[in-house]
Amino acid sequence: MQKVETKRRIFPSFIPNLTSLTRRGLAGWITIIGATIVLSIMLMTLLAPWISPHNPAEINVGPLSSPPNSQFPLGTNHLGQDMLSRIISGGSVMIQVAVLSVFFCLLVGLPIGLLASYAGGIIDKVFSLVMDSLYAFPGMVLAIAIAAMIGTGVVNMALSIAVVYVPSYFRIVRSQVLTIKELPYAEAALATGAKGRSILLRYILPNVVPSVVVVATVNFADAILTAAGLTFIGLGVEKSIPDWGWDLTDGRALLPSGAWWVITFPGIMIVLLALGFTLMGEGLSELLNPRLEQ
Amino acid sequence: MIMLLLSIVFLIVRVLPGDPVLLHFERRENPEAIAQMRRNLGLDKPLLNQYFDYLGGILDVTYLLEHGYLNLGKSMQDFSPIGQQIFSAFPATLELAIYSMIVAVVIGILLGVRASRSYNSPLDHLIRTFGTVTYAIPVFFLGMIFQLTLGIGLHWFPTGGRIYPTLEPHGLTLYLGAPAGGFISVFLWSFPAGLASWALSFVVLRKKRVKFWPRGFLVSLFPFFVGWFVWAFGAWHFTSVGILHISTGLYTIDSLLEGNIVKFVQAVRYLFLPSLTLGLVLAGVFIRLTRSNMLETLRLDFVTAARARGLKETAVVYGYALRNAFLPILTMVGLQFAMLLGGAILTETTFSWPGLGRYIVERINFRDYTAIQGAVVVFGLFVALVSLFVDILYAYFDPRIRL
Repeated sequence: MQKVETKRRIFPSFIPNLTSLTRRGLAGWITIIGATIVLSIMLMTLLAPWISPHNPAEINVGPLSSPPNSQFPLGTNHLGQDMLSRIISGGSVMIQVAVLSVFFCLLVGLPIGLLASYAGGIIDKVFSLVMDSLYAFPGMVLAIAIAAMIGTGVVNMALSIAVVYVPSYFRIVRSQVLTIKELPYAEAALATGAKGRSILLRYILPNVVPSVVVVATVNFADAILTAAGLTFIGLGVEKSIPDWGWDLTDGRALLPSGAWWVITFPGIMIVLLALGFTLMGEGLSELLNPRLEQ
Repeated sequence: MIMLLLSIVFLIVRVLPGDPVLLHFERRENPEAIAQMRRNLGLDKPLLNQYFDYLGGILDVTYLLEHGYLNLGKSMQDFSPIGQQIFSAFPATLELAIYSMIVAVVIGILLGVRASRSYNSPLDHLIRTFGTVTYAIPVFFLGMIFQLTLGIGLHWFPTGGRIYPTLEPHGLTLYLGAPAGGFISVFLWSFPAGLASWALSFVVLRKKRVKFWPRGFLVSLFPFFVGWFVWAFGAWHFTSVGILHISTGLYTIDSLLEGNIVKFVQAVRYLFLPSLTLGLVLAGVFIRLTRSNMLETLRLDFVTAARARGLKETAVVYGYALRNAFLPILTMVGLQFAMLLGGAILTETTFSWPGLGRYIVERINFRDYTAIQGAVVVFGLFVALVSLFVDILYAYFDPRIRL
């Protein structure tokens, strides 16, 4: 008798596990590369207190604006702060803002999208209209306006970014729900007498989740870029907290003197983080929605 | 849609927590001054009244005609009309937006077509990677890198500002001294304008293959009179000043209208880095879109047929296939415009470009909330207008859609 091996799935079905990832060709590798970049940056930020050579917020640890040398591998800025330490710990604000804003987006976009599009009728129309006009609005402008009104800080930044990106969640959830609602199994569930709530939670939600995961991953990248932009405008967190965005912004004043090291390294870190999330999102979207591949 | 947009902006600025007047005063020791300012700005009225005041102000057409700009309220900084400040900053943003969109579309189409022609080759992967990376770069970081290398390092391009201060182009200046004599002479002098539009109408009618007699002739009389009278009215209106300035506010066009090549070259030099920065960041989307559309189009039968007839590959790709793949790109131009304006704020700040984005940033530092509100409204209106324009263009290019 042939033995049939069954693999136990540790993760829910929408999270592909690592061994299957490498067998899926380019998309799998892209996902792995993106995830590696993101995870290593997160790890670096978490371990910052132990691995950074100097206190990132301490001024005058070295000469002012010194180019990279053996003692300060990435140079120092105009306050004499060690750039390497600032690079190591500077990602925390951005990651916090990105995670929080995606969380807010999920908190608002997912339920509203599910309920409004399942209910249909006037509620759906009203929400769609509001979300569409928000979607059509220049995102950065809106985020700047809101951040200027409600003030700075991690939570406020995350909130103002979340407002900009809620419509994209709403739209993807709505389009999925409208499709799934008409599918035979959803109708069958309705015919067996399932209540609206259980259809929504048991039949529709699990099938909406993969597309939401993709949108969320891509949105991490957008949120990071928007957070960097807000900081550049002057709407970032307090200056005493080390942040790549502030380093870039401060480096602008040093440009005429040719101090390339002050902007280059934080800039590259932001690019890497955003790139990691983008790659992850692209890979995941190909893995989770195989129909879109062609 | 626009009403909704205006309401959202109002909600954000007035209803969200945070009192703009209190924020404006650093110390709160002078309640009378605060109350005075509130009265001045109309902030002491009920919220609903403020809302209707604000909507009524924006929709006030007579104000627009009288002043030449929208009624967006008074600045909290200096109590001057915001509409005027915004409309003087607007052309700079428009110019930056137009040229960076051109850069983005040109780079996107060229690289996208190149990638689709060598599908799955190393070059294809390189171009795709390039597209992904440009998407992940913060605009201002790219801008600073360009400033550092091409500006400060090589001195090829200036790193900030719109043009050298004394070189601002004035645009076309027409001296209309003669018709100032009166109504009749104005009409006589405007007769050539009528003739010109008459001639133009013949060109158009000929292109539409309308017979000259009698229909073409009769139809062409209409543009003749319209051209004549419109010009006469314009001349009559402006000769009270004696000089007619025609300026678009776009320095590259104004300097050409003025016929001053030096100013034109300088305007382009100042414009080059900002528009390249903003264009490159947007190019990724267009690369991807062009590539996927071209991949589909190049597989179609009519492309094979064109190749079979022995046409050159360039002619097949650019003349046949790209035409078909162009419509989605046009749609994307409309969609990306909103993103472009967001990037424009950051680009303007990086390059000290005196446009609307820099105006907003400056006003944020002054805590001038009415000005921020006005600028955001103008940004929204701009996006709405552009998407309308793109829809019209779409109908023009796509024979299946007729307005």
